[in-house]
Amino acid sequence: MLLAIDLGLVIEKLILIVVVISASLVIAMYTTFAERKVAAILQDRRGPNRAGPFGLLQPLADGLKLFFKEEIIPNFSNKFLFILGPALAMLTAMMTSAIIPWGNKLELFGREISLQITDVNVGVLYVFGVVSLGVYGIMIGSWASNNKFSLMGGLRAASQIISYELAMGISMIALLMVTGTLSLKEMVVQQQAGYWNIVKQPLGFLIFLICAFAECNRTPFDLPEAENELIGGYHTEYSSMKLGFFLFAEYINMFVSSVIMATLFFGGYDIPFFNEATLSPNIAAILGIVALMAKVVFFIFLFMWVRWTIPRFRYDQLMHLGWRILIPLALFNMLATGASILYFH
Amino acid sequence: MQALTSKAKQVSRKPMSFTERMYLPAIFKGMMITFSHIFKKKPTINYPEKQRPFSPVFRGMQILNRDEEGRENCTACGLCAVACPAEAITMEAAERQPGEENLYREEKYAAKYEINMLRCIFCGLCEEACPKDAIYLSETFAPADYQRKQFVYAKNELLIPHPKENPEAYKKALGNRSNKSTVN
Repeated sequence: MLLAIDLGLVIEKLILIVVVISASLVIAMYTTFAERKVAAILQDRRGPNRAGPFGLLQPLADGLKLFFKEEIIPNFSNKFLFILGPALAMLTAMMTSAIIPWGNKLELFGREISLQITDVNVGVLYVFGVVSLGVYGIMIGSWASNNKFSLMGGLRAASQIISYELAMGISMIALLMVTGTLSLKEMVVQQQAGYWNIVKQPLGFLIFLICAFAECNRTPFDLPEAENELIGGYHTEYSSMKLGFFLFAEYINMFVSSVIMATLFFGGYDIPFFNEATLSPNIAAILGIVALMAKVVFFIFLFMWVRWTIPRFRYDQLMHLGWRILIPLALFNMLATGASILYFH
Repeated sequence: MQALTSKAKQVSRKPMSFTERMYLPAIFKGMMITFSHIFKKKPTINYPEKQRPFSPVFRGMQILNRDEEGRENCTACGLCAVACPAEAITMEAAERQPGEENLYREEKYAAKYEINMLRCIFCGLCEEACPKDAIYLSETFAPADYQRKQFVYAKNELLIPHPKENPEAYKKALGNRSNKSTVN
């Protein structure tokens, strides 16, 4: 039985994994550049424009700088956990990309290649599991630093993720009630045939969006690294590429959550007002990837746009919003969805 | 209580309405404001590539002038050093030897001429004091440096390029200041 493994499938998946991982790394790299550029433009500045044409080599220069910086590990820190923290943050950030349907099937060398590393039938649950694991990197790193500011940042990150995960989960339940599936691929196929989920779940999307901001530790929810209260928050003691990994993980998270939002609510690789079946499957697949990326770019821009518009919450406001507003709202959304499903059937 | 000025305004302590408490319209409004800044003109100038034009009365770093044949104008009379309120100028005079007529315009010249750019206040009094049109303030400024002694500029750094050997650099160094004497 073991010999019957389809070797082509293994190679195909390996190539896909390499492509997806390197693509998300490169995209995250250029997201850091885009962040600086967007920040500059929104503030009437010019932004980095010295390294290479239009400053396009800036992220390379930043990465190189971080690699050449001195690595400092505090004397009284737990060395193993101190290194594990950023590694875990990076790992969990990358793991989510495994179940995202990047496009429809490609037909190459007489094979049908699905542009999804694996179609887990509980895809949404997997996303939730990995996203909640993501906070362990921050917590472990902050605790291992043996610094009160780091610890404060880590505690804040943990309590923030717990508070917002609930509302996010409940808003997802409403979506699952509508779609009736946990598989991301299945959801995209449904949206291709009918309406996008945003039409059916506008409130659910709003809650999901706010919670996604909170889960990514982005402004206005960037309390774990609030520099004017906690120095650097959970990465106060970090330097060199370990700091780089923490910062980089944030951008990968941002990219992945943009993809998830596009997939769940905006039709994934679906091209709006257009029937892909009229095209040859390869062209349709490539156009689908382009469509998905366009949606992702919009969401990433939204992340940055909000960051440079809204100031940070106070901590009690953050908790108030999470527990007293978003969770009841999500519950209401779930009930309303259930009621309307009952009514229409 | 009587208001001190006619501009005093009563602070509104009204509880926020439902739309205000939702915050989302206000956030949207704020985001529209930041979005509109994308299309605004940026005041920044890409400095080394593009430079701001100086005003015609701008006073930059000193330059020691030569005449049309490339001879130094300075006769080391010391009037500039006397006029200098910051005492930034030091010089030593020397007599011109036979055969040096192509180097110096008159019989006496400055063997050593130094300006301490850290002391100089760029007032331009040296330029006004000079009877020989030998020193004037150009449109460049002394660049940053790591050591104090680097800021004492000697003659080789102050002299204008030779008009015959290097006419382009000469013209550039002369700048808009060439017709300055006619303005005065």
